[in-house]
Amino acid sequence: METKTIFELKSLYRDALRVTGFTFGSGEKSACVVGALRGNEIQQLYTCSQLVKALKEIEAEGKIVQGKSILVVPCVNSSSMNIRKRFWPTDNTDINRMFPGYNLGETTQRIAAGLFEEIKDYKNGIQFASFYIPGVFVPHVRIMKTGWENAEKAKEFGMPYILLRQPRPYDTTTLNYNWQVWESDAFSVYAGTTSTINREDVTLAVNSVLNFLRKENIITGSRHIHEGYISELIDEGDLLNIQSRTSGIIDAFVAPGTNVARGQVLAHVLDPYDGSVREELTAPMDSIIFFAQEDPLTYAGSCVYKLIR
Amino acid sequence: MIETVTKIDLPVDEALSILKNRISSGEGPRISVVTGTHGDELEGQAVCFEVNRRIAEHPECLHGTVDIYPALNPLGIDSITRGIPGFDLDMNRIFPGAEDGVMTEYIAAKIVNDIKGSDVCIDIHASNIFLREIPQIRINTITAETLVPLAMYMNVDFLWVHGASTVLESTLAFALNSIGTPCLVAEMGVGMRITPEYTRQLTDGIFSLMHHLGAWSGPVTTPRAPIVSTDGKVNFLNAGASGIFLPHVEHTMHVQPGDLVGDIVNPLTGAISEHVYSPCAGMVFTLREYPVVDEGSLIARILEV
Repeated sequence: METKTIFELKSLYRDALRVTGFTFGSGEKSACVVGALRGNEIQQLYTCSQLVKALKEIEAEGKIVQGKSILVVPCVNSSSMNIRKRFWPTDNTDINRMFPGYNLGETTQRIAAGLFEEIKDYKNGIQFASFYIPGVFVPHVRIMKTGWENAEKAKEFGMPYILLRQPRPYDTTTLNYNWQVWESDAFSVYAGTTSTINREDVTLAVNSVLNFLRKENIITGSRHIHEGYISELIDEGDLLNIQSRTSGIIDAFVAPGTNVARGQVLAHVLDPYDGSVREELTAPMDSIIFFAQEDPLTYAGSCVYKLIR
Repeated sequence: MIETVTKIDLPVDEALSILKNRISSGEGPRISVVTGTHGDELEGQAVCFEVNRRIAEHPECLHGTVDIYPALNPLGIDSITRGIPGFDLDMNRIFPGAEDGVMTEYIAAKIVNDIKGSDVCIDIHASNIFLREIPQIRINTITAETLVPLAMYMNVDFLWVHGASTVLESTLAFALNSIGTPCLVAEMGVGMRITPEYTRQLTDGIFSLMHHLGAWSGPVTTPRAPIVSTDGKVNFLNAGASGIFLPHVEHTMHVQPGDLVGDIVNPLTGAISEHVYSPCAGMVFTLREYPVVDEGSLIARILEV
């Protein structure tokens, strides 16, 4: 394993921001894995750390295929993480809205540019990503329909689901989108939670990346890894949002991954003062919970659950 | 008359209302003055007050309708938060919204729907807490043909016709212009402050535009002729080092190539980390206001003239 500082940004009084990369093997730039771009992506950081740990062992066993290299970047934004902030400490900008970056531009554009310059030539790009609404997903691989996407290859992760998503205007500045523009096959792996650690989902995410690396002939199968699932391909349009009409405290009864029957009560929205039920959220059809909101307070119109139709 | 654009209950014993003041005087054009999308931009607050005051002083001069929306993001303004508190979301990145979307998207959709149909909408911004801007109108190239003639009445110093960006497709102005409601984006001053001189200047511009559209028959000032960005090139000066920025120029000053714009210094060591020089002859239309800078922070924009 080779450790390298990919990018460094000096601060006035704080320690510098150092973006550190770990390279395994040598030769063709076969796969790059990026972890936390935002300061609250603790699950994503932890997942990367477990991947680094696994790859160190795999490399020591001589199981990285000769002539192939893997780069892992666990954290791009330690400056925000260390002060428990999601976005950049001073101007609150999001590094994942700055790609491909600009090395003479604003601070987060420079960070994005410094990172992207190092990772843009990898054949496969994998990002451990998070959602903008605090909540928990069924672990899945997400790809954007840019016209260059490779849904078939995404099955190699063996994740339960592959979600295809139509890009929105702001997506053109994300890492995933720009990787695709630069002709990498790009995948976003959603490993359940964001600011809390769920070890079960971390194991699933790490194994999914190792499965992918093995099927791409970047590592050879040495250790016992669960082969994963035969992934189900779903379109974002196949998801049904269950929104609350009222605001209050959410009393949720079902977790992501649960099969629910038509008419089943999923959650209550409670009056925060007397506990009375303001609203009952039910499943409109037999389905599976794909996403569940984490915030105990809910606003009218909030997406409390996403169901797979 | 104070009207509610939309109202939503928050989780604990509070309702969120988007309000507007409709001042109407029979038939005539409809002008919407909106501000407060970013909770830390307050220059528009004084403009809204002044528009209200001048119309109240001479209601007989109004021929049409003026809708004043002073706070599109009331939670942000009342909590000194730029985005929408609780969502960590820039409100000017969620338009046109969706009536069946989450709360923030629902509010955005209701706002667009309410402003829709105005003969012109003026969306007032105040930069951010970091940068001071001269009064200017920013126009996307794709809407320049419609908007530049209207902007010439706004009494600003600068019209910045800038390139299209996919990110800006989520703004209120883009959403309104897309549905045929002309929307001018005014930028001026600095976040968290009010600049009285700019309040008067932009309010004069709003009344000049109203006069041009036939909505105001009272006396108006002759709008100043702005510099249009196509007349000159905009140069960006970004910090090459982290530190404290100490300016050597005043905002709006004209500089020559090689003039010292400011220094980035290190108070711990007493060292000057970087001298920031002007690369061209021109006018400093944007100047760093907040002293702490990271490498890359914008220090100034200079319009080459």
